[in-house]
Formats: sequence, C-alpha cells, structure tokens
Amino acid sequence: MLRRLANVLLYGLLIFFAVLTLVPFAYMVCGALKSKYDFAASLFLPAGGGWLGVGWDRLTLANFARLFTELGLPRALHNSILLASVSSILTVLCCAMGGYALAKHRFRGRDTVMGVVLSALIIPGPLLLAPSFQLLYNLDLLDTYTGLILPGLAPAFGVFLFRQAMLNSVPDELLEAARMDGAGEIRIFFELVLPLVRPMLGAFLMISFMGTWNNFISPQIILQSPELHPLSVALNNLKGLYGTDYGVIMAGTIVSIAPVMCLFLLLQKEFISGLTSGAVKG
Amino acid sequence: MRPQRFNFAPWLFLAPFLGVFAVFTIWPLLRSFVLALQQTYGPGTTAWVGLRNFRFLATDPLFWTAAFNTLQYTLGSLLIQLPVALGLALLLNRRGLRGRGVLRLTFFAPSLVGLPFVAMLFAPIFEKRTGLLNASLHWFFPLWDPEFAWMSEYVMSALILAALWIYAGFNMVYFLAALQNVPGELLEAAAMDGAGPWQRFRHVILPEIAPVAGFVTLLSTIGSFQMFELSYILLNNGPGPENRGLTVMMYLYQTGFLTGDLGYASAIGWVLALTLMGIALFQRRLARRYENR
Repeated sequence: MLRRLANVLLYGLLIFFAVLTLVPFAYMVCGALKSKYDFAASLFLPAGGGWLGVGWDRLTLANFARLFTELGLPRALHNSILLASVSSILTVLCCAMGGYALAKHRFRGRDTVMGVVLSALIIPGPLLLAPSFQLLYNLDLLDTYTGLILPGLAPAFGVFLFRQAMLNSVPDELLEAARMDGAGEIRIFFELVLPLVRPMLGAFLMISFMGTWNNFISPQIILQSPELHPLSVALNNLKGLYGTDYGVIMAGTIVSIAPVMCLFLLLQKEFISGLTSGAVKG
Repeated sequence: MRPQRFNFAPWLFLAPFLGVFAVFTIWPLLRSFVLALQQTYGPGTTAWVGLRNFRFLATDPLFWTAAFNTLQYTLGSLLIQLPVALGLALLLNRRGLRGRGVLRLTFFAPSLVGLPFVAMLFAPIFEKRTGLLNASLHWFFPLWDPEFAWMSEYVMSALILAALWIYAGFNMVYFLAALQNVPGELLEAAAMDGAGPWQRFRHVILPEIAPVAGFVTLLSTIGSFQMFELSYILLNNGPGPENRGLTVMMYLYQTGFLTGDLGYASAIGWVLALTLMGIALFQRRLARRYENR
C-alpha cells in the first residue's frame, strides 16, 4: 500500500514537471497558428464553436506565410544552415586531426602543445571579444563569413575531447598494422581512425552545429549587412520591428529551433554519451 | 617508428589547429593586455591611457550595477537549478521506472533551444496582463497581481525562471549519468545495515556524485557569469528600465561595440576573466581537499 502511494507520487511528480517543461513549447506552437487578435484574446487555442470548444477554423498559417514572403526569413534560414554546417564540419575536422596527432603520434614538442591546449581551456571567451574584433577589422574581415567562421575553427576543448576519445578507442596495433601494409597517414586517418571515434564525431558535430546556430553575439558584432544575418540576429531584428505581433515571432522561433531538434533526434545517442563522458569518467 | 627522421605527419595534422589558434586565440589574448591600457574610438583609433581604465572601472556605477545583477542572477540560478536538476535525476533513477527515455528527452528538450530563441519565446510569456505566466498564476492564485512586472522591475527573477527551464534538464543529464555509476552493491549494503533513504542519500550517493556535482556547479557558474543574450533580447536590445537587466557581458558589449571603446571593454573583459579563473581555481582546490579527506 505504502509502495503504491510512493509510486503514484513518483509518477505524479514526474508528469507534473514534464508538463511544466512542455507548456512553453505548446504555447509557442499555438501562438504561431493564431492571428494577432487571437493571440491577445486567448492563451493557447482560440475559443470557438468547434470540437472541445475550440475555434479550430480560426487557426491560420498566415504568420508562416508572411515570414517566408514579405519578411525575408528564407534568406536568414539559408544563412544559418550554411554557416552552421560549414563551420561545424571544419571545426570537427580541425579538432579531430589535432587530437589524433596528440594522442597517437610521438614527436618532439608534443608535451608543449598539449600544455598549450590544456591552459587554453581556461581562457574565457569574453576576454577575446574586443581584441578579436580589432583583429578582424585590421584583416579587413568584418562583415564577411570568413571573419565569422575562421576564429571559431580551433576550440582547444575540441582537440582535448578528440585526444581523449582516440586514446581510448584507437588501438596502436591497428595503426602499426596499417602502416606496415603501406597505407599513407592521411588514408589511415580518414579510413581507420575517424570511423573508430564515430560517437565523438557525432557528439562534437552536434555541439559545434548548435554553438554556431545559436550564436548571437558574434554575428551581431561582425555582420552589418542584413542579407548576411543568420536566424538569431534576423529574428531579433524582426522582434524589434514587429515586437507586438507575437504570432510572427513565435512562428519564426519554430522555424529557428526545428532544424536543431531534428539534428538532435538523429544524433541523440552520440550526443548524450559525448556530453557526459568527460564529466563522469574524468 | 623511425626516430631519426623528422616526423612530419603529426605537425601536418596539427597545422590547421595551431595556425588558427595562434592567430585567433594567442594573438587576441596578447592584444587584450595592450588594449586594456588604451582607449579606442572604434577599432581604428587608439590612445594610451595606462591604468585609467581600471581606475575608472572601480568607481563606475554602471559596472557595479551590472556586477550586482550578474551575481544575483548567478546565485539565484544555481540555488534553484541545481537542486531541481538533482531532484529530477533522483526521480528518474528509480529502478523499474517506465518511460525513462521519453521523460529524459522531455526534460532535456529546452536546452536544445538556443538562448536567443528562448528569449524570443519567453517575451510574450512574461508580458504583464496577457502573458502566460501572470495569467496562469492569477488563475491558480487569485491574489497574484496580473500586472506583475516580469520584464522591468523583476527582470532578474524572470531570467532565473527562464534559465531554470533551459538548464534544469541539461544538468539533470549529468546527475543522472553520475547516479547510474553509483555501485548498486554499496546501496544494498547500506540498506542491509538499516540506513534509511535520507541516510543512503547523504552517506552513499552524495559522496559518489560529488565530483560530477562540482563539475556541474562550475560549468553553471561560468555560464551564468557570461549571460548576455537572454537579457538583451528579452528587454528589446537594451538593459531594461533603470538598468535592471544589465549584466557584465552586456556592459562589455555596450562599451565596446555601441560606444566603440574596445579598450574599456577589454578592461571589463579582464575583470570578468580573472573572476572566472579565480572561481575555477577555488573549485579545484575544494574538490582536491574533498578527495583527500
């Protein structure tokens, strides 16, 4: 009897928190489907004469239609996809190569490089904001995608994560055997090493993709031309212009978070294990 | 291995990382020392001011407002977020729980929404009369004032609530992973010896998950100290009425990129960076003392 009561309490609490977590999502979806008038008049679905007392016929896709025609969202969506995929793929490649060298090659200077990587882990990002801006100005890279992508390609923690992954899951004997067979270093890296650290590749690809997709401050500072803006900046500018028309903003938010959600569902297993591996094992 | 010949391969693999790292991390890091001693009018024009930036910072009321707000946000978020995250993880860790995967995914989902988009999503929720939060609080507790000003007077509480929504599930994932690493035999032995649930939590589970808890606390502290876009976007690209939503990062952004003084922004950056490094060192010290006990 006591056990059953505890179970009811357990599931009750969990469901309560799950509902609380989901309410903002539901609010967003409902809001995106409502006209400006209905947004102010109802919290979730508009009242009406339909099934369950909801005015189903009042729901509309007009907000999405406006975003994709007059408000120029396709441009920003395209920019975000381009920026996030290019920079995440290059970042993963850059970090995986660095991590491979540090984990699986013996050479003079390795400890020094490793020391640099470890000490770079504690440099806080905000410190570099102003000097990086000045550097990009001097290199004439402001208002370009190169200026936005290039500085982010070499995160020290990425190199560190890949080094750990390769120490754990790439056996030395395998590399030796491949070298004996005459395989070149580049072929060994792409055909042997990378498949062995697939979970870390997936996790880090997801982390960098989300990092770029959700970045606001860098594009806000670096990109002045509106046609270059990614979703985060473009949608915030829309919010400034159409601040009270929340339906449009909610629709834009859905468009902005849906791709990340889909990518997450694809890479979910790798992502969670990669996220916690450093913390739990370390 | 042929140790005699110079080994090109590793340097070839390291080259992209080292090149980008030298130009876009080491060089700006060195420049930040210099910039902090300068005043700039936009990125092109600079003048030496020596330590005047730091002297001005020490008595700059806006900086202290920002520092106070940031501290308030950080403490508030940590004190609410971490216990909720641990609580959820404990609930989810119950043996034989059905639907664990779905629930974990549900709690984790908000952290996939980037901060700029969270701010856009929560703007209508925090509205005064029509906002979801005030309307439902007023519905459940009729005494609740529907004019409660989440986005002006009480903006730090609003930010803490939004952060709770985002990060509770994220931190829960770490706690859950740690809990699943607690050896079952240890818990069974404690139960056999007559330890109740609280004693098992206090003397078996807590020591086992302490390293992860320390790590999560440190990450959350560092993240909270750098909070910018949540407040900035929620308050329509500004610090809000009476600077109640001004954070240190936002002040750095304003001085460096709106006013155009990259020197003063670098000085703020240094103060923030040293604070964060101090916190990290302190946490490591605590962790080491805890392990050696």
